[in-house]
Amino acid sequence: MIYREAGDFKTGYRDDGQTFPIRLDRWGYYAALAVAFGIIPFVINDYWANAVFVPFLIYAIAALGLNILTGYAGQVSLGTGGFMAVGAYAVYKLMTAFPEISVVIHILLAGGITAVVGMLFGLPSLRIKGFYLAVATLAAQFFLVWLFNKVPWFYNYSASGQINAPERTVLGWAVTGPATSAAGKYLVCLIFALLLAWVARNLTRGTLGRKWMAIRDMDIAAEIIGVNPLTAKLSAFAVSSFFIGVAGALLFAVYLGAAEVGEAFGINKSFLVLFMIIIGGLGSIFGSFAGAAFMVLLPVLLKNVLVGSFGWPTDLAAHFELMIVGALIVFFLIVEPHGLARLWALAKEKLRLWPFPH
Amino acid sequence: MKTKLTALVAAGMMAAAPAMADLVVPNLSYRTGPYGANGTQYADGFNDYFTLLNERDGGIGGEIVQVPECETAYNTEKGVECYESTKGSGALVYNPLSTGITYQLIPKVSVDKIPLYTPGYGRTSAKNGKVFEWVFNAPANYWDGASGAINYLLAENGGDLNGKKIALVYHNSAYGKEPIRTLQDLAAKHGFSLTEIPVDAPGQEQKSQWLQIRRDKPDYVLIWGWGVMNQAAIQEAANIRFPMENFIGIWWSGSEVDVTPVGAGANGYKALTFHGVGTEYPIYGDLKQYVIDPGKASQGGEHVGSVLYSRGMYAALVISEAIRKAQELAGTSAITATQLRDGFEQLDITPARLEELGLPDFGPEIKMTCDNHGGSGMSRMQQWDAAAGKWNLITEFSEPDQEVLAPLITEDSEAYAKEAGITPRDC
Repeated sequence: MIYREAGDFKTGYRDDGQTFPIRLDRWGYYAALAVAFGIIPFVINDYWANAVFVPFLIYAIAALGLNILTGYAGQVSLGTGGFMAVGAYAVYKLMTAFPEISVVIHILLAGGITAVVGMLFGLPSLRIKGFYLAVATLAAQFFLVWLFNKVPWFYNYSASGQINAPERTVLGWAVTGPATSAAGKYLVCLIFALLLAWVARNLTRGTLGRKWMAIRDMDIAAEIIGVNPLTAKLSAFAVSSFFIGVAGALLFAVYLGAAEVGEAFGINKSFLVLFMIIIGGLGSIFGSFAGAAFMVLLPVLLKNVLVGSFGWPTDLAAHFELMIVGALIVFFLIVEPHGLARLWALAKEKLRLWPFPH
Repeated sequence: MKTKLTALVAAGMMAAAPAMADLVVPNLSYRTGPYGANGTQYADGFNDYFTLLNERDGGIGGEIVQVPECETAYNTEKGVECYESTKGSGALVYNPLSTGITYQLIPKVSVDKIPLYTPGYGRTSAKNGKVFEWVFNAPANYWDGASGAINYLLAENGGDLNGKKIALVYHNSAYGKEPIRTLQDLAAKHGFSLTEIPVDAPGQEQKSQWLQIRRDKPDYVLIWGWGVMNQAAIQEAANIRFPMENFIGIWWSGSEVDVTPVGAGANGYKALTFHGVGTEYPIYGDLKQYVIDPGKASQGGEHVGSVLYSRGMYAALVISEAIRKAQELAGTSAITATQLRDGFEQLDITPARLEELGLPDFGPEIKMTCDNHGGSGMSRMQQWDAAAGKWNLITEFSEPDQEVLAPLITEDSEAYAKEAGITPRDC
């Protein structure tokens, strides 16, 4: 009744091709932006920033990156944790080597370095597919973690092998280091997440994205119609790794402040991000955000409800939390294999017809 | 429906913190994951000591101590979440029992001005109170432990380790890497050779590492392990028939859960410790009367008297003594975190005081000052008797080699100060 296309006239190709063709969606998007920039920064505290918003935004960036590679280009990757580690160690080396340069540039450069590393590990994708490629990227995961543990140069020869983010500012505001305000952390992650989501959206509906999807759907057919698999696959690895590298850099520099490669960027991280895109929806920008929200917020929520409200012992709550999250993952995969994004799309379809469905 | 759900979500997220007032000492524990077996016992000891104080004495200085627990699963991200969710409730001190989480929290507590107490773990150079104003790691740290183990071996070999081969099997993380620098310096000083053998977390699989040990035949093996890694290492050592009396663990590799799965094969295994073990101390009478018998023991009290339970209790004891000192200095019983920092810095737990508390000769004397946040660093050796199923203390408390350690601590803490832009305090 309210949610409909009727009366929303498109008078040009530009209007027709816009991301949110329905007016109500557009308004919702602008309203979300207004809340994200206009309200949350003023009311956010350390707990909300560190337990909810900052990890959500950072994992959303990582999920976007993996979604480009796996969801759009069809190349399964289990190397996400390793690539995030590349981003984290790159930003650490850059921050400590060139302290006078803005940390924003360092984070982008860290993304660039990760893109190069990602392309290198993407080379096997030209010859192998599917599960075999997953194993090759798994090798990348283990190799990179081993490398950052083994070579002391990466952690500036510190006794414990830990890396610590020194304080850096953007426009006079601390964004890394312990003195960072909750709003500062949140805003820097929000701006990166928004810009990268915008880039991802526009890449995936342009030539490059169509090439990726052609390769994903049938690589031989794609090759016959003139898609070069070399450039398509490697560009998917490069763009995806750039996103994941930025996420790793933010995770280390802005969120954690100190990291240790085996613990922060282990194989668990690869699986976590993979679950995010599977639950959120493969090949969907919204799905990346929805999946990240699901995997980051649900454990925190369950913990607070079970321990905070019900007063359960913490170990019982932790075990239940694992069981509930696990059961929900299985439930989603059975009921809606295309993820939360598909559920959302279905809900919108139904809403358009409401209250008179066929 | 949607608003209801949102309201529930919001309510759930807000309901994290306990009520303000009282003395709040959060217990960032882990009872799940690969380190859960160890973390549970420590957390129980920590909880029970404060329960005892609340039940028997009505808290500390008349103030009830609240110990809200938060599960970290030894995971740094969850640790940060726990820290953020509890710090708003007036938390006085943190004891996360994880070197990784400690590294994460050191910069944060310095800004939030909350003491961090990391007995026997964490960042070793935090001993230098001039740089690490808010971090305390008495009575002993990893480097003290490394030196303590080497001193023990020196004594065993008549003061000469020249030409001996020592292997270090370590958890490949910040925790396991901590002693390497000290051991390298000690190797140069005493002329033994050091082989470093990393084990990736969680460490269930150590076949290749022990194959290397079997091939290299080191005279002694030191282990810096935690959780399931300890059991696996002791089992593998038993499998290759490595003489157990030449196998020495740091205090985190010397609890009942580490040796009992190996059975008789673990007999003679040695580990460092900085406190006593067992229930033969007068305090356990009170504990039984006020905590265990009324059914108030944490998780049913099944681990009372174990090594890690005793260590958790000891950490709680030091914190409660620091609170007492801070109350005395501040002249008020409702102290703040800043006042507790002063309490820690002037803490002096003498052997006589330990006896008063019902734990005679339980730990070394702890005396902290503004520049020494690490105490004396004394430790002793215990040995596992598999037949009796108990740890026996085999040496007295002894001092580590400060000649080697002091310069290392100065160097590392100054490097941190430079990196973090801290100007060391004058003490």
